[in-house]
Amino acid sequence: MDDLYREVIIEHYKNPGYRGHLDPHDIQFEDNNPLCGDHIEITIQTDENEKVADARFDGHGCAISQASADLLIESIIGKPLDEVKQLNKDHILEMLGIELGPVRLKCALLSLKVLKAGVYGLGEASDDLVE
Amino acid sequence: MSLDVGSIRKQFPIFQRETSPGVPLIYLDSTATSQKPIAVIEAMNEYYRRSNANIHRGVHTLAEEATAMYEGAREKIAKFINAPSAKQVIYTRNTTESINLVAYSWARANLKAGDLVILTEMEHHSNLVPWHMLQAERGIELEFIPVTEDGLLDLSAYKTLLNRTPKLVSFTHMSNVLGTINPAGEIIRLAHEAGAMTLVDAAQSVPHLKVDVQALDVDFLAFSAHKMCGPTGIGVLYGKKDLLEAMPPFLGGGDMIKEVKLRSFRANSLPHKFEAGTPAIAEAVGFGAAVDYLSSVGMDAISAYEHELTEYALERLIEIPGVRLFGPDAEKKGGVASFVLDSVHPHDVAQILDKGGIAIRAGHHCAQPLHEKFGIPATSRASFYLYNTKEEVDLLVNGIYKVKELFG
Repeated sequence: MDDLYREVIIEHYKNPGYRGHLDPHDIQFEDNNPLCGDHIEITIQTDENEKVADARFDGHGCAISQASADLLIESIIGKPLDEVKQLNKDHILEMLGIELGPVRLKCALLSLKVLKAGVYGLGEASDDLVE
Repeated sequence: MSLDVGSIRKQFPIFQRETSPGVPLIYLDSTATSQKPIAVIEAMNEYYRRSNANIHRGVHTLAEEATAMYEGAREKIAKFINAPSAKQVIYTRNTTESINLVAYSWARANLKAGDLVILTEMEHHSNLVPWHMLQAERGIELEFIPVTEDGLLDLSAYKTLLNRTPKLVSFTHMSNVLGTINPAGEIIRLAHEAGAMTLVDAAQSVPHLKVDVQALDVDFLAFSAHKMCGPTGIGVLYGKKDLLEAMPPFLGGGDMIKEVKLRSFRANSLPHKFEAGTPAIAEAVGFGAAVDYLSSVGMDAISAYEHELTEYALERLIEIPGVRLFGPDAEKKGGVASFVLDSVHPHDVAQILDKGGIAIRAGHHCAQPLHEKFGIPATSRASFYLYNTKEEVDLLVNGIYKVKELFG
């Protein structure tokens, strides 16, 4: 019925492939979107070549935030961390295949923000990471 | 009592628009801000077209006219809330600034470390954070009247708190999430008996109910124009005269002074003492027009109509499987219906409804502690005003069924 709720988004929201928490992990980061109370945690295991060996996300929130997180995790497994650091909002929007207004963009980009803050080893996740 | 909603809607130009081709606007977000009638829009336009000038001090025709319009609006607003004098109506930017004015001026002059301020668990952030800031600066203490499971203030707990001789009781007249209309008169009377001052956040009540500051005997009362058919950028702090006169000024600058020397100043008299700098003149004019508009419809008629509409909305919403409503029943609340739907996030609910032209709000509505109390991160909120109809409630209900289908 609705572009924003394309099948791919509803599907990843209802049946995420990468929901969970890795223990042990090499990278862990979590953050909220204060606007809607969305919460995302990402855990990553890296290999000796500084690549993402495995990753999971956990948390709660709207369909856009949770589906974006699932798609994002799927897309980074096997990728070098240096490449992950270069990801920006276009990467998320391409995967979602939709256009978003400024409010919902924050939902969609929360997981990327968390991911980059974790990979860069920052203390706090800033919006600048996903501009 | 019933309103001629058909002709009321015609007075709001925004209802002529569609949100996308063929989809008319169903505006159920008046708790956030109300729509504006043509009378308000035209009053502001007319001011800019004909009378624009800076107020006070000027002696030319336009300055005289602008001043008369600005002050005339103040008179209308004073009458609307039954203030004894227009001098007790201080223009601010909004309710938030009005509360901050009390926190900066009155509270910093009157509260010291250990003094108790009583708030409630259903406050908007605007009546929490100014007090958190004062707590950090001054070491005042804060206590909160608890909210019961059915969304009412626990008055027996309040009476117990009053034994601790608070200096101020500051509370919302009507919750922006639960819709609860609090018994302001009783809360104020009890506070006074305990020797405390009172501040009422009336952002949600003045637009929807007849509010009489003298009957309430309230010390300070704050509200905004934009929630009552007026423009954004202007609000009011009402205060008792002796309190306002004794308070130090808030912001310093032009217009709030009687006399300025290089090393000193003397503050102006009320209400100008608290209105530094060029104010929102066109907005004051629009505020006056909004008050005229609401008065012409009649506040009693508006309240009665909204009550009828809210009763209908709550009945229809509760029929939907998976809907959980928050707040008391229609008898004890204004036109607000906050709910959660199964496990669907409120932002998804709001976004899907928006495709049908239905504007509701989703989130914590600037009342995070209240949501924590109910153990939910966010709610969807539909709110009603004099221009809404039962047909719109039906469309909302149909929309929620569509959401269920999509996420089912």
